[in-house]
Amino acid sequence: MNDRSSLDEFDGGPGLLGPPHAPRGREEGTRAALIAFASTVIFIVVALWAILTSNAWPAVQKQFFNWDHFVAVFPEVLGGFWLDIKMFLFAEVVILAFSLMIAMIRSLRGPAFFPLRALAIIFIDLIRGIPVILLILLLGFGVPALQLPGVPKSALFWGLTALIISYSAYTAEVYRAGIESVHESQRMSARSLGLTQGQALRYVIVPQAIRNVIPALLNGFVSLQKDVALVLILGIREAVREADIYAASTFNYTGYIAAALLFLLVSVPVARFTDWYTDRDRRKKQSVST
Amino acid sequence: MTTPKLELRGVWKAFGDKEVLRDVGLVVDHHDVVCMIGSSGSGKSTLLKCVNLLVPIDDGTILLDGADITASGVNQNRVREAMGIVFQSFNLFPHMNVLDNITLSPRKVHGVPRADAEEKAKGLLERFGLSEKVVEYPDRLSGGEQQRVAVIRALATEPDLMLFDEVTSALDPELVAEVLDVIRGLKDVGMTMVIATHEMGFARDVADQVCFLDQGRILEHGPPKQIFSTPQEPRTQQFLQRIIDAGRL
Repeated sequence: MNDRSSLDEFDGGPGLLGPPHAPRGREEGTRAALIAFASTVIFIVVALWAILTSNAWPAVQKQFFNWDHFVAVFPEVLGGFWLDIKMFLFAEVVILAFSLMIAMIRSLRGPAFFPLRALAIIFIDLIRGIPVILLILLLGFGVPALQLPGVPKSALFWGLTALIISYSAYTAEVYRAGIESVHESQRMSARSLGLTQGQALRYVIVPQAIRNVIPALLNGFVSLQKDVALVLILGIREAVREADIYAASTFNYTGYIAAALLFLLVSVPVARFTDWYTDRDRRKKQSVST
Repeated sequence: MTTPKLELRGVWKAFGDKEVLRDVGLVVDHHDVVCMIGSSGSGKSTLLKCVNLLVPIDDGTILLDGADITASGVNQNRVREAMGIVFQSFNLFPHMNVLDNITLSPRKVHGVPRADAEEKAKGLLERFGLSEKVVEYPDRLSGGEQQRVAVIRALATEPDLMLFDEVTSALDPELVAEVLDVIRGLKDVGMTMVIATHEMGFARDVADQVCFLDQGRILEHGPPKQIFSTPQEPRTQQFLQRIIDAGRL
């Protein structure tokens, strides 16, 4: 009569007595969730009440949250947003490849590679030192104005190029952090097997480095997904620009809200995914180390 | 007189102010097994890394089959292809399974077709009792298994010189024997080996020549019987006495 189940039976079974800790833990969990839920609801109600009862609200509502205007502007904004998405996807692919190349060049060792390394460092320093919007203006208006033969004159082309260059400089540093996080012994053992520096990077260091920086890269995704809207200053009709045009003719800003909603629709899931992935990765690492 | 497999002449190496190798000379004949003993920091590991050209030497020459491998203009990758090195910390590639770890260098460096490289790798794994582990990832293997895979990985490129850098120091005691047995097996097939080790019993059994390193110098060298039974230098006597006192010999 010394094992748990028979004791439970004796006392009327697990339904009455139950294991000593689990239900209490579950109860506490439920309670915590209830408190979190209640406080969130209270917070939202108070915030909404404060906004909706303020004197300025009717005017704001008319200017920013007008349903009729929303319906009128939405197709234009959506069309522009589609362009945002296309720009984002194209730029991201180029950035991931281009910045990896820069990071790998920066990680080469030995005096022979000094000029390449120096170029990579100068590129990163210069580009990171210029505001993105300035780079877009400089390339978007500057290069077409040069009227060079054979060079594209499209604002879209140069706007995207500016974004790609700018983000590549940052992303290259993310990759480099990843490359440096791989222990030196990995490089050494790859080299000892006769692999060249390039082969060691490609087959041994970079695959491990990328895995280490995926959360940081995803974070960059979210950032770029919104920053593509900056090309609107070149007159490119993406979502925010469409909202702008609508506002200019109607004096109603509901289009901005529509654009904001569309951006959120994409960026929030990516942010959640990033968190989920980071969490899973950390748990995996912990389970390996124990 | 035949050309030795490996020869070091007056090798010096310093890291900053600290001199780790001081005028080291060594001759390793074909099919010889040389064990380097000495306390931690005496320069054993650095010596092996210098031979593998992972650490550049400051002065002196290292000859492999009579050719100077420390001369400028030598293709270091070609030199490294001709020898294998195994490290204390295994250093398997964690993102690759056992088979890919072993076949990476044959495929990418030596241009062996994947099928051939894998067949050969499987043969080696079977020879060393690891055929069950072909598709496992390193973190699923015991330390001893990882180190045996590391030995196989180094052997896969068919080197005729193997360097072992304290390969059992990071292992649980009960796993040491399986790795040492692998090295004994290599001696039986006539592999030329330079082994840095703290396993004195093993060194005595397996070595043709034992070198005692102290503060970057080869203080004393000779057949194991001579070094372990009648060491000449007071430092060697002191070192061995401590090992005996610790019950390790």
